Amino acid sequence: MKQLFGGGIHPDGHKEMSRGGAPVPVPAPETVCIPLRQHIGSACEPLVKVGDAVLMGQKIGDGDARSSPVHATVSGTVTAIEEREIPGGERVKCVIIKNDGKDTPAPMAGHPDWQSLSAKEVAELVRECGIVGMGGAAFPTNSKIASTAGKTADVLINACECEPYITSDDTEMCCFTEDVIGGARMLCKLLGAKSSIIAIEDNKPEAIEALRAALTEDDCVEVRVLPTRYPQGAKKQLILAVTGKEVAPGARSGALFNVTTTANVYRAVTKGQPLLEKIVTVTGDGVNEPKNMLVRIGTSFADVIKAAGGIREETKQVIAGGPMMGKGVDTLDVPVVKGTNAILCLTAECDAAADPVCIRCGKCVDVCPMYLQPLYLYRYALAGDKAMLDEYYLNDCMECGCCSFVCPGKLPLTATFVEAKHMLKKGGK
Amino acid sequence: MSVNFTVTAAPHIRNNETTRKIMADVLIALVPALIAAIILFGLRSLVLVVISAAACVVFEALFCLVTGRKPAVGDLSAVVTGVLLAMCVPDSCPYWALIAGDAFAIIVVKGLVGGLGQNVFNPALGGRAFMMLFWPATITRAGATEAIDAFAFGNVDFVASATPMQTMNLGNLPDVSLVDMLLGKHGGTIGEVCILALLIGFAWLLYRRVISWRIPVAYMGTLAVLSLIFCEGDNALLWMAYSVLGGGAMLGAIFMATDYATSPALPKAQIVYGIGCGALTVLFRTFGNFPEGVTYAILLMNACAWALDKALPVRRFGVMKGGAGK
Repeated sequence: MKQLFGGGIHPDGHKEMSRGGAPVPVPAPETVCIPLRQHIGSACEPLVKVGDAVLMGQKIGDGDARSSPVHATVSGTVTAIEEREIPGGERVKCVIIKNDGKDTPAPMAGHPDWQSLSAKEVAELVRECGIVGMGGAAFPTNSKIASTAGKTADVLINACECEPYITSDDTEMCCFTEDVIGGARMLCKLLGAKSSIIAIEDNKPEAIEALRAALTEDDCVEVRVLPTRYPQGAKKQLILAVTGKEVAPGARSGALFNVTTTANVYRAVTKGQPLLEKIVTVTGDGVNEPKNMLVRIGTSFADVIKAAGGIREETKQVIAGGPMMGKGVDTLDVPVVKGTNAILCLTAECDAAADPVCIRCGKCVDVCPMYLQPLYLYRYALAGDKAMLDEYYLNDCMECGCCSFVCPGKLPLTATFVEAKHMLKKGGK
Repeated sequence: MSVNFTVTAAPHIRNNETTRKIMADVLIALVPALIAAIILFGLRSLVLVVISAAACVVFEALFCLVTGRKPAVGDLSAVVTGVLLAMCVPDSCPYWALIAGDAFAIIVVKGLVGGLGQNVFNPALGGRAFMMLFWPATITRAGATEAIDAFAFGNVDFVASATPMQTMNLGNLPDVSLVDMLLGKHGGTIGEVCILALLIGFAWLLYRRVISWRIPVAYMGTLAVLSLIFCEGDNALLWMAYSVLGGGAMLGAIFMATDYATSPALPKAQIVYGIGCGALTVLFRTFGNFPEGVTYAILLMNACAWALDKALPVRRFGVMKGGAGK
């Protein structure tokens, strides 16, 4: 199949390592660490204090409209509220709960009759359940529902999972097909759209089959199979691949939801089920038994990896997320958060040239899905030339990593652009 | 478990492409032309290539040593320069002149401006231009296709015969069949004559995605069209065919004009650059004093490479012609 967006790369998928079967539950840990900010936006304030007893599913943190509430993922006692490191290296205030092992649930109120609800009411239910985008950005889903209701022709459900190694969305679709399709139908109706298009890459045949089997004759949900290519799951690239249209710089990009988010919206609305656990792909040649696992938010990476047969001694890097855009962690003592879709353990270090030299081969230009000119951006970034960085649209860069991936000189292109963007922001142009 | 891991910025994987592998691919692509040269001109061509490559490596290593730079010989770029420079001298070229060209190429054209990737001018062509300036006979006097003593270090005795370009410079079609032009059975520099071998190398470079088709096709296409327009004699098509197959244009278009450091990196700029190379080549051939114009055509366009990239940027994502988003 011909590729449907410009640029991009085709790295080895390594998806077979972890794919197949139902996700294996990781035993609930003795303590969970629930960060009060697991999303893009403002942090929550704790609703509990040290010593409080909490129920599983009880809301323990909430904040202003730009926040997303967090919940206790076990029942037990709050033992501390303190700053801890989360994946990505940031330190965030966290609620630490000692598990009483009883999993006593907080009452949940579902709305199986959701058809009578308005988009606004559903957005509120979704917010109460702490649903955020699970494709990586962790943007509060309720805001997206509220801002796109009535303004969208087609809802796009992002099931590309274009990062190598990760199969958590794939597993979600195979094992919770009804929730995915239910969520897709729900979003279509709520947002007043014509249809919901589930965009999926052709390297997930089981999921494609499962989804198609669950559709009715005149379903408002469509399964659209796309040729596998990274970064097809990026917002603008996916919209281009599905609609053939490029989103103009700065324009709103319409209703686009990750597939696991969609399933969680469905569970939140119909069952009142908060986001307590998620499928995490534990994989890479550094882990003994690569597989998908059902993990409670707040479980440490160490506990998850232990449940996957442990880590191999030769492991050099552990990454929260995929190898292209995931964040390296220096310790396994960080919790799984809402946005964690994979824990990737690699025995190889990434080649870094001691003395990187640009030979101007232009391969970075060929692969940039945003049509940027990384070789020149790199020069201007090193020179600190803010005017030229602006002129070459540095801020269009979404940090997908394609340029660094292909660079034969092994230049740290993407990392340099991330820093340069910070510099531009600080500089207040 | 309190192990500490290496934390590096994303992406955490890279493909296995390296500068060294790209240069190796260029060398592989030059193998057919080298084999053809040995068959057509004898062992002396191989000795020229080996001496030139070795000289470039030695000069590169010495330059790094003297300037305190990290040794960069391992990237094979000096070998490529050496082989390419040897490819554009005739088999009669004295070894000392070639070595002098190598020194100029590596030290002045490449090294002094900052080394790999920083040079404005193609080192091999710079070296050739240097040789043409000081010892024009070493480059322009091509022998007939008969073996010259491989072990003569200085000037060699041989019967100089007119190359197709020299014949065409006088306004006549060469007395060589088109098939022989393709196979390289005529006088010229050791690497330029066998068009067939060069095209095999081109196919390899395309297959390995080392270069794109843009510069060579724009170059040769422009050269073909313009030589049709500026033809001499009454058979314009034949004139065009000999113009395309003769001289150093094919070697230049495939291996010199596509040199990364000295050509544009952006698609539209590459096309314009190729057109410029083709146009200047025909201009120099038609109106210049020398029979061939490839070297100066490419060197002049080298000077424009960065400016062309700047003038013809890639379209911004989401912005169509006319400025508005679709």
